[in-house]
Amino acid sequence: MTEETIPRRRFLLGAGIAGTAVASGLGQTEPAAAQAQGPAAAAPAAPQPEPLLALNETEHAFVVAAVDTLIPADELSPSGSDCGIATYIDRQLASAWGGGAKMYRAGPFHKGKPEQGYQLPLTPAEFMKAGIAAANEWSRKAYGRDFDRLVADKRVEALKAMEAGKAEFGSVSARAFFGRLHAMTMEGFFSDPIYGGNRNKVSWKMLGFPGLPATYAHLIDEYRDKRYVAEPRSIEDFS
Amino acid sequence: MVTRLKEVDAVTVGLGWTGAIMARELTKAGLNVVSLERGPDRIPGEDFILPSVRDELRYAGRLELMWDNSLDTLTFRNFPAEQALPIRRIGAFLPGEGVGGSGIHWGALHWRFLPSDFRIRSTLTERYGANAIAADMTIADWPLSFDEIEPFYDRFDKICGVSGKAGNVRGKKIEGGNIFEGPRSNEYPNAPIKSSNAGLMFGAAARSLGYHPFPAPVAIASAAYTNAENVPLGACEYCGFCNRVACETNAKASPNSTLLPTLRLEPKFELRTRCFVTKLNYDKAAKKVVSVTYTDLRNGEEYEQPAGLVLLTSYVFSNVQHLLLAGIGEPYEHATGKGVVGKNYAYQFEAGAAAFFENKELNPFWGSAGTAVCIDDFNGENFDHGGLGFFGGGYFTCNTPSAPPLAGRSVPHGTPQWGSEWKRATVKWYHHAARFNTQGSVYANRDNFMDLDPTYRDAFGRPLLRLTYNGPENEHKMSRYLLDKLEGIIKAMAPTHYEMHPRPKTFTVVPYQSTHNTGGTMMGTDPKSSVVNRYLQAWDAHNLFVEGASVFPQQHGYNPTGTVGALAYWSAQAITTQYLKNPGPLVHA
Repeated sequence: MTEETIPRRRFLLGAGIAGTAVASGLGQTEPAAAQAQGPAAAAPAAPQPEPLLALNETEHAFVVAAVDTLIPADELSPSGSDCGIATYIDRQLASAWGGGAKMYRAGPFHKGKPEQGYQLPLTPAEFMKAGIAAANEWSRKAYGRDFDRLVADKRVEALKAMEAGKAEFGSVSARAFFGRLHAMTMEGFFSDPIYGGNRNKVSWKMLGFPGLPATYAHLIDEYRDKRYVAEPRSIEDFS
Repeated sequence: MVTRLKEVDAVTVGLGWTGAIMARELTKAGLNVVSLERGPDRIPGEDFILPSVRDELRYAGRLELMWDNSLDTLTFRNFPAEQALPIRRIGAFLPGEGVGGSGIHWGALHWRFLPSDFRIRSTLTERYGANAIAADMTIADWPLSFDEIEPFYDRFDKICGVSGKAGNVRGKKIEGGNIFEGPRSNEYPNAPIKSSNAGLMFGAAARSLGYHPFPAPVAIASAAYTNAENVPLGACEYCGFCNRVACETNAKASPNSTLLPTLRLEPKFELRTRCFVTKLNYDKAAKKVVSVTYTDLRNGEEYEQPAGLVLLTSYVFSNVQHLLLAGIGEPYEHATGKGVVGKNYAYQFEAGAAAFFENKELNPFWGSAGTAVCIDDFNGENFDHGGLGFFGGGYFTCNTPSAPPLAGRSVPHGTPQWGSEWKRATVKWYHHAARFNTQGSVYANRDNFMDLDPTYRDAFGRPLLRLTYNGPENEHKMSRYLLDKLEGIIKAMAPTHYEMHPRPKTFTVVPYQSTHNTGGTMMGTDPKSSVVNRYLQAWDAHNLFVEGASVFPQQHGYNPTGTVGALAYWSAQAITTQYLKNPGPLVHA
């Protein structure tokens, strides 16, 4: 069994947040230190591994590695997966939206031009899965291993190649795939924690967004050119 | 098997702003009215409540209140020679679905067109000569004047509890309001919404350059208000969740909050939700629509609903599609320029800018469209177009994002889109970004139109409506001029950094731009050049009234809903005071 075919078995893991590091420990040849993330500011308590609804282990490992690269742990926030973004993406792909709700899906299918928008028969979940498979296939050609098994700086390089459309993905558009991955990552980071991302309102605290209370009529004049600061509250806090 | 139902006095096809206005006015006149709405019911006390409405992903991201494209959509192409493809999920524009339609999630900017807008072809000809209007610019005078519609603007203001500052009351100009507006019979029902800090900075800079800033007029009550239907509206909380979402305090006017509380108690009114109207049954010889056919989406059954009066009160696209499918009016033919149904499609030509002020605290999360400050100095014929090479214009606004963080973040252009550097820039600029917009007009062009698609069909087997659209050169020139003027004001605000966002040369249906689609069933003075007469009555079916922005001959430099509501009241009055007494054409061509 080569390292590329070793399954990512999350039940072996102590915690979901360690997914990348431990998965890469199974036959990973890159130095473990290269995987280490900087100390996370206000890191939330280590969560239990979340059950997967839409992604398989390989796909999940890709998503964890991708969101940890797009939202790296630094002085401003924990890593993307520690913020729950991989969980968010998995749940969204399993949602009605991920299944193509409210999309027109009748043929015939033509490529069209960019101004005509998305023209594939795939649902968002199907598109993400096809994109992850294509990204890993490309990563194996370019780097000799799946994306999640690359060291941090190679992951950055790989995502930049996808963003610029320079990664040759074959049938899937690398740029379109990156666009969807990036959009979902931002949604998971900034939307209400009820969807699984933005754990502990971490991005709202980072920005100084007060969340839901949002009754400001009496504060507008008092806070002219003065920052209004409040401990953010989410849907769950009012439920 | 189609079940034929008992005839009713009137039926509305859709229940948004125009459906609710027509249903209310016609039941008041004693008619039994049935409203057929394809989407679900939406009830403020059950659906517009905390904390669930303050969910940016659900409403602004996943478009909870918008059009379900699994049933139908449009096809789109930029140019007539291209193959149109379906818009598989709406993006550039977001028509609503369900009771209230687009009137729930709108931004609630509430404007009137200028007196000169209503006679734009005549005005331009008088000022710039008989040859000034290019042959491909198919603009037309409205078949009614500002003075005629003003009382209906006033009436709609008092339904919505509009907030703002008048700049012209019965001819008297008032500093601090929009001095360019047509004479109003009354001051706004409510005082203006408090301006955002960014808006005030913009206003000061604009004034220093000799322009005339004023607070944005919005259908958002700045104080508790009892409207003309005796319905209580709440006061704006400046929550920042306004756009694409319902308002839980009923400060932002929707049909649901302003008209339906009364209508729901009216025994002569019946609402049927999840009923998708597929067909207007047209008797060409009698010049009448005898009934409408719909599918009840809850059981899949088809019904035929005969009605004395048929009010086509859907969104622009459905209105046009219904007429084309039923064969009412001559379809517009691009090659020859003949025909009218589908003609003069216009799409608001908005373009904006962003500016960053590192030493200003802007609290970007609070506010609404009403916290914007505007100028109207470069709209319509408010400025001289001599030698400029284009016609039209638009009002400018400045505001903070007034939105939660999915939509409410800005970073300077050139910042990486991810990684630690992106994160630092996001945090650095979050509290310091202002946004600007120019609400550009669209003077209709012969190349922009709607017809039936030859290939794609909806869930009921009907051909989809096909949209052919690209921004005309006139509008690009107009927009560049507006951005140039806007840039002058932004510079006077002394930002740390700013960037202008001109429109791309080729229109794309992907990112959101505006839901201001107009035209396709234009109103006019004769059946050769229009689909409906000055009372919105179809020339070819006297019991059919087509409501909404599809009747606009072109789109002016303002949001359309104020005029859509006023026209519905104007049309309803013609029906109740003239048509019901003597059913037949109200205008003889």
